[in-house]
Amino acid sequence: MNASPHPTDDGDTAAKNHFVLKRRAHNLMIFELHNPSIVQLALRLKDHMAQAPNLFKNTPTVLDLAPLEDGFKVIDFPALVSLLDNHGLTIVGISGGSEAQRNAAARARLALFPAANQAPGAEPQLAPTQDAAPAKPAETTPSEAPSEVQADCASNMVMRQTVRAGQQLYARGGDLIIEASVNEGSEVIADGDIHIYGTLRGRALAGARGRKDARIWCQNLDAELVSINGIYRTRDSIEPDLIGKAAVIEIQQDKLIIRAFGFV
Amino acid sequence: MSKILVITSGKGGVGKTTTSASIATGLAQRGHKVAVIDFDVGLRNLDLIMGVERRVVYDFVNVVQGEANLTQALIKDKRIGNLYVLAASQTKDKDALTEEGVKKVLDGLKDDGFDFIVCDSPAGIEKGAQLAMYFADEAIVVSNPEVSSVRDADRMLGLLASKSYRAVNNMPSIKQHLLVTRYAPARAEAGEMMSIEDMMEILAVPLLGVIPESPAVLNASNSGQPVILDQESDAGQAYADAIARLLGEERPLRFLTVEKKGFFSRLFGN
Ligand SMILES: Nc1ncnc2c1ncn2[C@@H]1O[C@H](COP(=O)(O)OP(=O)(O)OP(=O)(O)O)[C@@H](O)[C@H]1O
Ligand SMILES: [Mg+2]
Repeated sequence: MNASPHPTDDGDTAAKNHFVLKRRAHNLMIFELHNPSIVQLALRLKDHMAQAPNLFKNTPTVLDLAPLEDGFKVIDFPALVSLLDNHGLTIVGISGGSEAQRNAAARARLALFPAANQAPGAEPQLAPTQDAAPAKPAETTPSEAPSEVQADCASNMVMRQTVRAGQQLYARGGDLIIEASVNEGSEVIADGDIHIYGTLRGRALAGARGRKDARIWCQNLDAELVSINGIYRTRDSIEPDLIGKAAVIEIQQDKLIIRAFGFV
Repeated sequence: MSKILVITSGKGGVGKTTTSASIATGLAQRGHKVAVIDFDVGLRNLDLIMGVERRVVYDFVNVVQGEANLTQALIKDKRIGNLYVLAASQTKDKDALTEEGVKKVLDGLKDDGFDFIVCDSPAGIEKGAQLAMYFADEAIVVSNPEVSSVRDADRMLGLLASKSYRAVNNMPSIKQHLLVTRYAPARAEAGEMMSIEDMMEILAVPLLGVIPESPAVLNASNSGQPVILDQESDAGQAYADAIARLLGEERPLRFLTVEKKGFFSRLFGN
């Protein structure tokens, strides 16, 4: 019986020259996710990290889904990973979450850690109607899940229907063009520009991953919140005389400017 | 071919059950074979509005759990042939309903040759409401003319478009209708209520009808008569108009302005 941890026959010796598998416990940062909304997170992170810039640099981090407590919430892992990456947190995997959420994470090539206080395998039950966001074509229908278009194909996203309360859209790596209205209680996000040919009543966030020259155009401004590159204004701070106008929102000298356009 | 019609809203107390009872009754009056199901498990309501509460032996949950068959549980309406009620259970808890169980009941009704299966949804957007709308072919989204009700209706329209069986299986989407209920022309004219135009502009779905706020509704439910059977009443007539539109007929909107006509002109119509 050979008790040696490193067998010495020819084949294994050959492998050993190239790699060795070992276990080691690493101290990982835990990022507890309390709200999967990319917009909310982007805004909060911006505030939080502004106080302590360069605090993190490629810090290996595990995303803990347990605080969500809602296995139905669809999480846009690729968007989340790149958002956190921008802030120096390198997501290596997730812990907790429902089966659907864990499947979605696995599809995003994240490692699956067992939940902190949960035996592996004891997954919360999910109704079969719930699932992770399916891959969306460039022209999309609204879904509860944050929809997204991969940057490597068509990076602009076109939405024909009304974006309704509770829905999220994210045009990753490109512009978001919406032929209808964006209703109160919904969020539309783009790494590039956002064009809304209806009324903007919800939240719109352009230049989401850092682009000062991104803009938002809308045919009728009635927004809850607008943001470019993390600088935002809520409804309270939008000039009342611009409400109901066709407007463009842009950054000028580090300030978020809203101005009417067209035949004013 | 059976059509599954869900009456839903998100917000509670906007008139779903009132609408379910009248739509089901109205469709049956037009000669269709109709079943109306109360999905509000734990809060029986529809049977009262339909006036069948004293004849409930078995309910929806009994059928879902295999304790009774459909024939035993369907309560035949005494006023109109072709109309059947499947009551909700007051004793069981909400988890008694499963997607599989609901599908079994709906399939059973289809096999029995029902033309319309009307599903009265519970309030909210949780499991009960999701099950009520999951298998629907058409949806009537009920909203009162006020902001929170419209917001919830919008949320529900989003769920219909993304979380239904049709959406999940990439089938043609659920046909959506907006039904405005409890519309008070006087308050609308005074600007105290959202206008129909604003509601349509936000919700962006076709308008099935506007049911005025009416004392006839309370009278009707107190006497266990769906208000559509009261054709003297404005609400009853508005529901009849909605049925006609649902069946593809054209009807002008009525009861949108404050009634200024005298007794005779009302008696003889416009
Ligand atoms: N057109 C109307 N005019 C006056 N009262 C109405 C009208 N429609 C509904 N109501 C009243 O509003 C109340 C709620 O109606 P209903 O039970 O139909 O609502 P619901 O949406 O089913 O409520 P829930 O969410 O609790 O199931 C009842 O008291 C009913 O009589
Ligand atoms: Mg009800």
